[in-house]
Amino acid sequence: MTAILEIRDLHVSYRSSGGGLCPALTGVSFGLMPGEIMGVLGESGSGKSTLAGSLVGLLPSNARITGGNVQFEGKDLLRAKPDELRQIRGRRISLIYQEPSLALHPTMRVGEQVRQVVAAHSSSGKSALNEQTRQVFAQVFSEEADRISRSYPHQLSGGQRQRVLIAQAIACCPSIVIADEPTASLDPTTQTEILGVFRKLREKLDLAMIFITHNPALLSGFADRVLVLYAGKVAESGPAETVLGSPGHPYTKALFHSIPTVSEKSGYRRKTKLPAILGDSAHSSSPLRGCPFEPRCTERMDICRGSEPAPVNLSASHTVSCFKYES
Amino acid sequence: MKVEATIGKNMQPLLRVENLVKRYSKRSLAGTPEEFLALDRVSFTISPGTTLAVVGESGSGKSTLAACLACLESPTGGSIWFEGREIANLEERARRQIRPQVQLIFQDPASSLNPRWSVMDVLAEPLILQRKFSGAEIDMRGASLLERVGLSPETLKRLPIELSGGQRQRLAIARALALEPKLLILDEALSALDCSIQAQIANLLMELQSSLGMTYLFITHDLAMAAHLADEIAVMDHGRIVEQGPVQKILKQPEQETTRQLLAAVPRITLSPPSLEQ
Repeated sequence: MTAILEIRDLHVSYRSSGGGLCPALTGVSFGLMPGEIMGVLGESGSGKSTLAGSLVGLLPSNARITGGNVQFEGKDLLRAKPDELRQIRGRRISLIYQEPSLALHPTMRVGEQVRQVVAAHSSSGKSALNEQTRQVFAQVFSEEADRISRSYPHQLSGGQRQRVLIAQAIACCPSIVIADEPTASLDPTTQTEILGVFRKLREKLDLAMIFITHNPALLSGFADRVLVLYAGKVAESGPAETVLGSPGHPYTKALFHSIPTVSEKSGYRRKTKLPAILGDSAHSSSPLRGCPFEPRCTERMDICRGSEPAPVNLSASHTVSCFKYES
Repeated sequence: MKVEATIGKNMQPLLRVENLVKRYSKRSLAGTPEEFLALDRVSFTISPGTTLAVVGESGSGKSTLAACLACLESPTGGSIWFEGREIANLEERARRQIRPQVQLIFQDPASSLNPRWSVMDVLAEPLILQRKFSGAEIDMRGASLLERVGLSPETLKRLPIELSGGQRQRLAIARALALEPKLLILDEALSALDCSIQAQIANLLMELQSSLGMTYLFITHDLAMAAHLADEIAVMDHGRIVEQGPVQKILKQPEQETTRQLLAAVPRITLSPPSLEQ
C-alpha cells in the first residue's frame, strides 16, 4: 500500500521581530496511509500546529517553509498555487481546530455553516445541496440532526459544536482530516464521545487522520501509529501499541510517567511527588547543536550535547532518535 | 441532605458549606422569566491542610461553587462558614476582609495576567491594595514569593508573554499566595497546561500544602489528577453533589452512575489494539 500523504524532510521557520529565523520544524518526515489514524504527540512549542498549518498552506505570514516537500495526489502541496490549494483544502484535506466556539459564526445557524462548505466545492442545485447537508448532519448526529442544524452555536453544547465542525470537515468527503487538539476544551465524557465519532467515520468513509494532541492517553486505543514531536523534530515514531506500550525515547518515557493514573498499580502512592520532566521545552535556550531534549533528559550522555542523534530503527516500523540505541 | 467529611473530624473545618443554593434567572426571548438552578443544596466541609477535589462534567456547577466561595457571587440560599464565621451574606465591607484569605487560581494563566504588567507588578498589586506594606517590604515579599514557586529572580522584570505556560501558572500561584490565604480555590488550574508541566505544577501545589499547610478546593474534570492530589472527592452533577468520600472509596466502590461514567471516561494508556464500536 502506498502512502496517501508523504511528508519528506519538512523544515519550517518563523521570522522573529528581530529579523532572525526561529526553526519550528526541522526535518520532519512521515507517510500517512489511506484510512490510517496518525497520532501526533507533542507539548506546546513542539511544532505540532505548525505541522498542521504547513500541510494545507495555512501558516501565519511570518512563517517560511525552508525545505522539504509534501506529496499528495501527485502534487507537492508546499509548492501548489493558492488556487490549487483552495481546491484541495476542505474538499480533499480538511482541518478541525481546537476551539469549536471560535471556529463557528456566532449569528449563523450551524446548518447553513455546513451547507456553505458543501456549496463552496460543488455546483449542484439548491435542493441537492440541502439534501447533502442533511446527510452530513445525520452522519455526526444520531438523533435530533434536524433540530441541531437549525440552531445557533450558542444554543449547542461544546460536544455538539465540535460535531458541527466535524460535519464541516467531512462535508465534501475528504480523504484526509487534520484535527489539531479537537478535544482539548471538552470534558472527558464528551472527549470519549467525540473520539467515538471519529472512529465511526473513519470506518464508514475510509478517512485518514492526523490527530494532534498533547495527551498521550487519548491516543491509546484510538491511533494506529504515533509520532512524537519534540522541539520540531521527530523524537520517536511507530505503531501506537509499541510507542505507548514500550516507548524508547527518554522523552516519551518521562512524559508517560508524569501522568497520574486512576488505575491501581502496585507501589503507586497518592499525594506523592509525580515524576515530572524538569524545565520547559524552551525553544530559545535549546542547544544549537546536540539533542534538543538533552537539557531535560535524565539519561543523557556526553555525546548528546555535541551532536544530534539520527533516527535508529528499533524494529521495522519503530524509530527512535536517541544515542542510547546507536551502536 | 448532609454529607460530612470523614477526615479531621475532631478539628474545626476551615470551610463548611450547608445547603448552598444558587439560582440564576434569565429572560427568554418571549419575555417569560426562566430560572436555572446552578447549585442545588450543596453541602461539604474541608479540614485545614487537606484537599477536596470537586469533579464533574462541564455545566455541573463547579465554577459557580468556586465563585460563591470566593465571595464573587452571592448565593441564593444556604450558608458558608469560613473558620466558623458565616460569610454567605456579608456586606461588601466585611467581604473584603474575607477575600484575601480565599484566593482563586484560574484555568488559563495567559488570560488571568495583565499582559502589560511585569512579573513584579503582578506580584506587587495585591500587596499594594492592602496598604499595609512599604515599597521595600513589597520588593522583598515579591522576591520571596518567586522563590517559593520556583521562578528565578531574573523573571521579575519580564512580561507574561515572555514566560512559558508553566511559568505563568507558577506566577498566578505566587500572586494568589501573596496575601497568605488559608484556602486556595483551583478552578481547572492544570487543565490548560501540557501533561509534563501539569506534573510540575501538581508537585508545587503538594509541596506548598506540606510547607504552608495550605487548604485546597481543587475543581477539575480530570479525575486522575483529582485522585492523585486530593484527600476527598465530591462528584457534582446538575448542581448537586451526588457522591462524596475519600479518594480510595470513590475509585473502588463508586455508588452513583455519574461517578462510574466519569471513571470510565478517564483516558488511560492501555495496550489493547484499537477497537471499533459501530
